[in-house]
Order: sequence, then structure tokens, then C-alpha cells
Amino acid sequence: MALDKSYLEYAHRSHGMDHDRYDWSMLTDRPNVTWPGGKKLALWVNVPLQFFPLDQKGEPFKIQGGMTMPYPDLRHFSLRDYGNRVGIFRFLKAFDKYGVTPTFAMNTELAKRNPYLLNTVKERGNEVMCHGMHMDALHFGGQDKQLETQLVQDSVNQLRELTEQDITGWLSPGRNESENTPELLAANGIKYFCDWVNDDMPYTFKTQQGHLWAMPLSNELDDAFIMLNNLHSEDAYAEQMIDACDFLIKEAKESGGRILSLNIHPWMLGQPHRIGALERVLEYVMSQDVYSASASDILSAFKSQVMP
Amino acid sequence: MKSDPGFYDYWPYENRPKIRWPGDKKMAFWVAPNIEFYELNPPANPSRKAWPQPYPATQGYSIRDYGNRVGHQRQMDLLDKYGIRGSISLSTALCDHHPEIIQMCKERNWEFFSHGIYNTRYTYGMSEQQERDMIKDSMETIYRHTGQKCAGYLAPALSHSELTLDFFAEVGTELFGNEGGIYTCDLFHDDQPTPIHTRSNKPFVSIPYSLEMNDTIAFVVNKIEPRRYGQMLKKNFDRLYAEANESGTIMCIPTHNYQVSCPHRMKAFEEALDYITSHDDVWVTTGKEIADYYLEHYYEHAKTDIAQKNAAFNAAALNAAFNKGAK
Repeated sequence: MALDKSYLEYAHRSHGMDHDRYDWSMLTDRPNVTWPGGKKLALWVNVPLQFFPLDQKGEPFKIQGGMTMPYPDLRHFSLRDYGNRVGIFRFLKAFDKYGVTPTFAMNTELAKRNPYLLNTVKERGNEVMCHGMHMDALHFGGQDKQLETQLVQDSVNQLRELTEQDITGWLSPGRNESENTPELLAANGIKYFCDWVNDDMPYTFKTQQGHLWAMPLSNELDDAFIMLNNLHSEDAYAEQMIDACDFLIKEAKESGGRILSLNIHPWMLGQPHRIGALERVLEYVMSQDVYSASASDILSAFKSQVMP
Repeated sequence: MKSDPGFYDYWPYENRPKIRWPGDKKMAFWVAPNIEFYELNPPANPSRKAWPQPYPATQGYSIRDYGNRVGHQRQMDLLDKYGIRGSISLSTALCDHHPEIIQMCKERNWEFFSHGIYNTRYTYGMSEQQERDMIKDSMETIYRHTGQKCAGYLAPALSHSELTLDFFAEVGTELFGNEGGIYTCDLFHDDQPTPIHTRSNKPFVSIPYSLEMNDTIAFVVNKIEPRRYGQMLKKNFDRLYAEANESGTIMCIPTHNYQVSCPHRMKAFEEALDYITSHDDVWVTTGKEIADYYLEHYYEHAKTDIAQKNAAFNAAALNAAFNKGAK
């Protein structure tokens, strides 16, 4: 019994990362930033607006929140649809009540299917980023490059037409990528993406088409991760957001501005028994020294102080 | 395959020889930050997949990188604040990838022990020579970069063979005599140190490194809420502290910078460290210092006690069997 000798060879065992996508850098070694108005904390509320197809293929894997029952899985299809019919309107009221500026990460397929919701988003004038075509159109290692090229192009361009916005941000469905995704995003005019969760501040990510900005959208603080994956209560969710807010403000006082990124799903926190937890969080965070802004505005404020 | 690894004898928790730690402290407390490097595209192992998704596993890889980019400094600041020196369970390739982290730990006189080369290279399927080579490489790397003679082991990603502990003990002796390869964190059978049988019969101990208090087990496997984790740490401490009146106990908190250093988990962790270190009678120390002290003061005594008790249990069992047969 033995493993192939390559198992004890370490080709990338040298200074820095084991790939050339981004440079090794510790957060504390970087210059301090200050948010507009001298604020300590930027609040990035990111709202995925999603379409989960009933005929989910689940290739190459089933994503969290997708269909789990034999076809037709009406319970999950309709429970996710609930977010776009009911939950989102509870969200919007809460945002307006507490003066929060949301960013919407929209599946292009949802924008096509739901003109009322699209129009609601457009009329508000908040930033929309592309969340891929839909929640079963995944980007994954080994994916046919032609197909993915078409998928990225269609998702981004169609969303630009539908929203009449210059879409510059991207969040992959399931937050998974292929080895080509970053190049395809850059080639399609995307400036920042939110799939990588290795930092609390923006950093530059290299592609053969020029660099992208990686924006720090926490998955550990994601509502579905906490309540659907970890099965914590809505009260525990609120406590965790408040503890995170307190900690980041404390750190920001010494180390420069930080970002609290809340990825929140209308089908999760938009439920009647959970919306109060979101309101409690927003009320608390907005009562602090906070700059509430879109992902693009946070990135612009960051770039204006720290260019690569 | 064996039905029992045979590393230790049964030794009931009650009526053991009394342990007292240096300075007559009754309880030892140590924190073991795992400082790990996971590869984005490791070679495949036949028994265990590194990532659930095909390359590149964006989420799994990047949250672990968060530990090094963001989390390490946070936890280090906290341990500094409470006067705790970390005992690092180290993916030793990190000495090459991120020497800046190694330097900061060296400056604080933290302990480095081996956690393999990468946490994405598993022991499963290795030949005896390959596993020895991997362990030796890891211990030599620690020595080359830190000057420390690696005393402890936690197998990479807790992947073992039947001979892992034997190899570690033997390579330790080969490299550093009795100073190298003296304790393991791989076994979870006790709240006090335990003499461990190895092929070479060298003095070798298991030091309690709690799986239950491990933040990754708590947060990822058991899905514990951050504030409840803080409460669990305090309860774990309270009980071990009370029991230490009878004989010295040990509490370990194994941590990961990509888990406990996330913003929503720091507050509860800090409260627990503040609580624990506010007690008198607690020896805040490292894994190696516990192992050294135990080997010097209690190891032989423990071995004798274990042998005597097992002889007595076995004699009693033989007697019972004989009496039953005689009837």
C-alpha cells in the first residue's frame, strides 16, 4: 500500500498563496480607511432575489434552499416564491423605516418573470447586481466553457436591458464558480464579485481580462446559513448580528473602517415570525456610527482611499 | 484492522494518584489555535475528498483562507490580552506560505507542534515510509523555521493510520532524542494525561485536547450558537476546576481562526477567556509544558498505578471465574 509519489510532493509550497488569483495579505497590514462622514462601519445589506426552478437538475450539486423532494416539490418551490411575493415587501418597509440602503442581487430569470418586482426595484433606484440566470444555473469546475460563456453573457446583458442599470456586480448562484468564471465576469464588464469569503474588506482578484474586486459578503452571517443550515433561532440570528456589529465597530476604532455585510433572503427573514428579528438588527445597527450604502458605493469609497 | 487501537489501559477516573501543577496550581489551561493551510487543488486521496465541489471549491477554500488573512491577528490580540500563549497545531507548509504569521507567534514564544504539512493531505493510504517521511518533514520544518523541537502531534485533518503515534514518537527520538515527539492530541478518552504505549516504549503521553470544546466541532458539526459556545466553555471550566480539588485537571480550547475569529463569535469567546483567566489556581500554559511536567513528575507513578490496578482487576476477575467453576 502506498499513495502515488505526487502525494508527497508540494509544488506550491512557497511564499504566498498556492494559486495566482490574489496576493497574500493580512488585513492588519493594510492602510486604514474611513467611510464617508467619518463613519466607522459600512452597512451592506444584500438582498438576493431568486428563482428556484421546480424542475431542478441539481448539477453538479443541489444548492441550499433548492428542491429536496421528488418532483414536483411544491412545498419548496412555493416557499421560495413566497419571498418574492410577500417577504420582500416586509423587507422594503423595514429598510425605509430605518433608513437602510439595500443592494439587490437578482437572478436574471426572476427579472424576466416578475415585471412587478423588477419595476419596484427599478423605481426605488437601488443598485442591482447580477445573481446569475437562476438558482439551478450553476457555475462549476469542469463546466463546458462555451456554455458558461453564453450563460454569463446572457445573464448580465439581459439584466442590464431589464433593469436599465449598468450592472457591475456579480454573485454566483450557490456562490460557486468554475475555473473560468472570473475571466468571464471581467470580460462582460463586471467590476466586482462577491463569491469569495476570505476577507472582511475588498481586495483585488486577478483574471486574464484584468482584475476584479472581491467584495466581502459574509456567508457566516448569512440568514439562511444561520437559520436553515445551522438551525439557530431568529433571536439567535439577531444576537449574532448585533455581536458582529459591536465587534466590528470596536475593531474599526483601532484598525480603520470595517464592513458589516448582511446577506438576507426574503424567503427566510421575510416570514412573519422572523421579520421582527431583522427589524431589531436594523434598528440597532442604524443607531450606531454607520454608513449605509450600496455595494458599489462602499467599493468606490474604499477605492478612492486605497488603490492597488 | 483492530477492534481496539491498544494505546492505553483502562484507568478509572476515581482514586488516581493526585496531580498538582507547578506553583501548586490545581488546574492547567491551554489554548491550541490550529493554524492551517488548505490547498485549492490538492492531489486526490482515495479515502477522503478534500472538497465537496469540483475545483475550484470557492466557499470552502476561501473561508479557511479568511482564518489566516483576517482571523489570526484577532485571536492573537485576544490571547495577548489575557496572557495566554498559544500552542499551535500547525500545517507546517504555512512556514513557507505565511512566514509573517510564524514570526508573530515566535515573538510571543508560542509553542509550535505538528499538524502535518497541509490539512488537505491525508494519512489514509500512505505507506509506512510515506507517513514517516511526512511526519519527519513536518517536524524538521518546524525546527528550521522556529528552532523548536516539535513535542506534540495532531494528525492532519485528524487522519490516522494504526502506526501514526509510533512513527511520531520514533521520528521525534531520531531528530531530537527525548525532547521530540513526546505527546499526542489525537485521543479524546480522558480529562487528565495518560501514558501511551508506543512500539519504542519511550515515555509518551496523551494530553487532553478537547474535541467537544473545539470551535469547529462546536460551530460546524454541532452547529452551536456563538453565545452558547461561550457558556459551554465556562461550564466545562467550572466542572474541571471543581474536580481539580481532588487531582489536577486540564482544560484545552482548540480553536480555528476561520471559526472563532469571525465577528459574531469573538465576544462570547472573549467573555469565556476573561472568566477562565480571572480564577486563581489556574496554570495558564502550553501543551508541551504540561507534557514535560507530567512526564517528569507523574508519568512513572501513573504507569505503576495503572499496572497495579489492572493486575488487581485481573486477579479479581480470575478469582471470580475460578470460584464460579468450583461450584
